[in-house]
Amino acid sequence: MNEDILTRVQSNPKFKELVHKRTRLGWQLSILMLAIYYGFILVLAFAPNVLGASLSGGTTTVGIPVGIFIIISAFVLTGIYVRKANTEFDQLNQQIVEDAKQ
Amino acid sequence: MKSWTKTLCATALTGLPALALAAGAFEGEVTKQATNWHAIIMFFLFVAFTMGITYWASRRTRSASDFYTAGGGITGFQNGLAIAGDYMSAASFLGISAMVFDKGYDGLIYSIGFLVGWPVILFLVAERLRNLGKFTFADVASYRLQQTPVRTFAATGTLVVVALYLIAQMVGAGKLIQLLFGMSYSSAVILVGILMVMYVTFGGMLATTWVQIIKAVILLGGASFMAFMVLATVGFSPEMMFQKAVAIHAKGAEIMAPGKADPIDSISLGLALMFGTAGLPHILMRFFTVSDAKEARKSVFYATGFIGYFYILTFIIGFGAIMLLLEQPSMMETVVKNGKEVTQLIGGSNMAAIHLANAVGGDLFLGFISAVAFATILAVVAGLALSGASAVSHDLYASVIKKGKANEADEIRVSKITTVVLGVIAILLGLLFEKQNIAFMVGLAFSIAASANFPVLFLSMFWKGLTTRGAVVGGFIGLISAVGLIVMGPAVWVDVLKHETALFPYKNPAIFSITLAFVFTWLISVLDKSKSAVEEKAKFEAQFVRSMTGIGAAGASKH
Repeated sequence: MNEDILTRVQSNPKFKELVHKRTRLGWQLSILMLAIYYGFILVLAFAPNVLGASLSGGTTTVGIPVGIFIIISAFVLTGIYVRKANTEFDQLNQQIVEDAKQ
Repeated sequence: MKSWTKTLCATALTGLPALALAAGAFEGEVTKQATNWHAIIMFFLFVAFTMGITYWASRRTRSASDFYTAGGGITGFQNGLAIAGDYMSAASFLGISAMVFDKGYDGLIYSIGFLVGWPVILFLVAERLRNLGKFTFADVASYRLQQTPVRTFAATGTLVVVALYLIAQMVGAGKLIQLLFGMSYSSAVILVGILMVMYVTFGGMLATTWVQIIKAVILLGGASFMAFMVLATVGFSPEMMFQKAVAIHAKGAEIMAPGKADPIDSISLGLALMFGTAGLPHILMRFFTVSDAKEARKSVFYATGFIGYFYILTFIIGFGAIMLLLEQPSMMETVVKNGKEVTQLIGGSNMAAIHLANAVGGDLFLGFISAVAFATILAVVAGLALSGASAVSHDLYASVIKKGKANEADEIRVSKITTVVLGVIAILLGLLFEKQNIAFMVGLAFSIAASANFPVLFLSMFWKGLTTRGAVVGGFIGLISAVGLIVMGPAVWVDVLKHETALFPYKNPAIFSITLAFVFTWLISVLDKSKSAVEEKAKFEAQFVRSMTGIGAAGASKH
């Protein structure tokens, strides 16, 4: 990448907007995923009885739906990010690349 | 089929020579023949078909880019399947269903740990990786740092992880074939090694990816059918399945709850699984096979979906095995372990999924699942071998030895020679590690990937202050501490080396080794006042712009 393009991109307000939006969403979703998972790990480590308790009186324990929920949440969170990135971020990125060529 | 497998396994397990094995097979000739054909025909169909693909791929693989990354022409959906395929290894399929079969809920905990790394990889690193890298993750880590030391480190990290992962797969292959075809452990391991070398040397990444995609589709199909049949026996009521399992299992209601685990060990395992995924070289390499950042994103989305679905299936399969196998005396055998008689599933718990296939689908389906499990191993080892080979040819040979002036044909030749060498090493390690638990070996690989590769890769993209010295010292400290603590821990010091007590109390060292790696990488970088350190920091801006926008990134090659 030559210096011209670099300065053009860096001074482009759209670039700042893209970096800001994408980084923020990325960290927000990462923290959410980490919180869900490490919340689960901490419960496992310090209060395993919570997960071993019966769900509505049967053999099925609370841990089963919790486990399935974490698996589904991983998929849903990636879906949210990809949707946002493929539409909004990519459009913005496209404009930045176009601007840099001129 | 039960009688012949029992005979064969008993023979194989007691370690009698091949002659006795042949005699055992002779006695049960009729049944043996009938079952063997299903599995062997299906397996050879897979091999023949994938060899056809390899031939097709070999005609399209000319440049280094074709060889390492299939020319960047794989779509997001295809790559998602291939990534899922790399993840749905035999160690996952057999190991996690075995863990559910043995311990119930703990198996689910383990699989969740394997999954949740994926979203984080997507949110933080997938796009940057695609925009910065070309063939290996070392391309990214060494982007603005000195090539020789950083690539030497990255290649070392890659080879250690690849070696451990290969051991797990080879051991799985040997055990499986021992049970199914009545072949000896060693001949199975040798067969896998040879096929792996053929896929990679002739077909490169294009063949490796397609073998992985085909396998992922048939494995997901087969596992879906098994889970469906298991649920059908209980009228699609999970509650009923759990009730029956609890009634049969020796541990009773304990299988529905998390087992006793040390908090530090649990957190450490969680860290290893999560960040290890983001440091596995054969997985990182897959991000360079797609055309751009958009496709890289999509691949993670599809991969997360397929992997999550697969883990739900293995959970059902594990419980199905408890429900349908434990009460069948014909599925069990008595073996002597440490001087005590133990009743276990024929071939051990790792065979739970295989026996369940027989229980729900008969001999034909057993043959199918066995062939799929074997195919899985082939596909995964091919990816591993390619990744190890590219670390040697692209990072060590082309960048370190030839200082970036290697001729492309020579580089590919070195890669192919390395693949052959890796094949031989994999066979030897497979033979050496016959008695180890395979799911656990994968855990080791993850710890090292999380402690050595991940911190350096992550900081190179996110922290301007990273310098060559910091990356190399911190990375090696992560690598050495992870390996050292595992060796001194209970898994190796007690189980393998037969000492009384472990020098290091935890099975999973990741929490310590990851921290050490990050702290030292940071510290050494901050203290580094050299001229090159200043230059490296100055280059961050250009790297950052490229990682964000993709301007200047390697594109897909046109054919």
